[in-house]
Amino acid sequence: MPDTQMPNAQMPDAPMIQMINVNKWYGNFQVLKDISLNVAKGERVVICGPSGSGKSTAIRCINRLEQHQTGQILVEGVELTDQVKNIDHVRREVGMVFQQFNLFPHLTVLDNLTLAPRRVRKQSRADTEAQAMHYLERVKIAEQAHKYPSQLSGGQQQRVAIARALCMEPHILLFDEPTSALDPEMIKEVLDVMVSLAEDHMTMICVTHEMGFAKTVADKVIFMDHGQIIEVAPPAAFFSTPKHERTRLFLSQVLKH
Amino acid sequence: MTLSLADIIPFLLLAARWTLLLSAIAFIGGASGALLLLLWRYGAPRTGRRATAIYIQLLQGTPLLLQLFLVFFGLPLLGVEVSPLAAASIALTLYASAFLAEIWRGCVDAIPLGQWDASASLGMNFVTQMRYIILPQSLKIAIPPTVGFLVQLLKSTALASIVGFNELTRSGQIVANATFKPFLIYALVALIYFAMCYPLTLGSRALERRMRITR
Ligand SMILES: Nc1ncnc2c1ncn2[C@@H]1O[C@H](COP(=O)(O)OP(=O)(O)O)[C@@H](O)[C@H]1O
Ligand SMILES: [Mg+2]
Repeated sequence: MPDTQMPNAQMPDAPMIQMINVNKWYGNFQVLKDISLNVAKGERVVICGPSGSGKSTAIRCINRLEQHQTGQILVEGVELTDQVKNIDHVRREVGMVFQQFNLFPHLTVLDNLTLAPRRVRKQSRADTEAQAMHYLERVKIAEQAHKYPSQLSGGQQQRVAIARALCMEPHILLFDEPTSALDPEMIKEVLDVMVSLAEDHMTMICVTHEMGFAKTVADKVIFMDHGQIIEVAPPAAFFSTPKHERTRLFLSQVLKH
Repeated sequence: MTLSLADIIPFLLLAARWTLLLSAIAFIGGASGALLLLLWRYGAPRTGRRATAIYIQLLQGTPLLLQLFLVFFGLPLLGVEVSPLAAASIALTLYASAFLAEIWRGCVDAIPLGQWDASASLGMNFVTQMRYIILPQSLKIAIPPTVGFLVQLLKSTALASIVGFNELTRSGQIVANATFKPFLIYALVALIYFAMCYPLTLGSRALERRMRITR
């Protein structure tokens, strides 16, 4: 049985991520209601919606930081169950960037980047350091490699966090409101990095209220409310002709700012 | 009977070695036990949370003296003869493991949940997370309360005198009875305890300062 779930058994153009009727409860409170979603290889998806609508919970289920209770989630054909082997496999393929950066404060920037490749992927120190410098250059922050996170600005920390995720060479990147904790003047430097990843056709799911980002790079935009997916559309249609009243109301609120 | 201070002081200092030995055994044993309790609690929360909480509450909720009696008089009932040193080592190790586990749990809980999320999202398993992310950060906050407890533990070894272990306090009793100068002798004994505890506190402060400088 588990054989059919391993990645080499995957169909060539099967979706990278499949969520099928996923439900989740916290006690009596249903936080995810029948979430179904396919994300193809190279697809860039933006999720928006009011605070508390379940956006974070939905993407945290994809790398099993949260457990769903019913329905199925498959990542590159591997189903997320209690099986530790599957969870480990999925976490190696899925990187995540958090609102609060979550860098490791006791390690230098370089060690933040090399720790997981060394301890999880068992690569050599020299290899991982060369790779780390490569990704630090990509996020334009190589000169800070030997500093500690607390010595960097918020925008710099978030770019380090993106580089740290990239060092695991993931096939999929999840972003949970990566610019929400940043001062306005630092948002652009982080968005620029995200746009450049999107232009390279990294498969990504971004929870964000940066509608400019959604318009420029998203293949589809998802609107969530009260644990449900209300609307899914390409950005042009999503912003010009939203079908649902709740989407229109939400858009009028975020676009005002 | 006339014993001069020149006889008494070396006698007490030799006895203090046993106090130090017992403290070291209890601390090392207790720290190892506490680490295992911690790994159980966070590694298998379904069973570990309850089980470790019960263990900690039982040992924190009963007097150490009674734990000592239960080991010293209980093990022989099971057919295991124990020397006073062995009984005191076992009881103090159990006691220390419970207290250190509780202190360290607080230090681990002080680490933001985002550190667990980030390390898990990078594919680290539980042991790797603990070893490289959680414990190194907890260590810094754990030093002052851990040394505070070590001082407590060193003083608690005095209870081992009651089951007949010849450490500092019991040797003090013997000399006090022989010389009929209990105040002088017990003052000396107290001074020796202080001389053992004070450097620990100083060392802890120095260590804290050094960790603050190397960030
Ligand atoms: N651990 C938890 N226990 C109980 N309720 C939670 C927990 N985490 C989140 N929630 C609730 O689930 C809902 C969705 O949360 P979240 O996914 O963080 O929303 P969003 O990211 O869209 O703001 C919120 O109402 C929140 O209060
Ligand atoms: Mg959120």
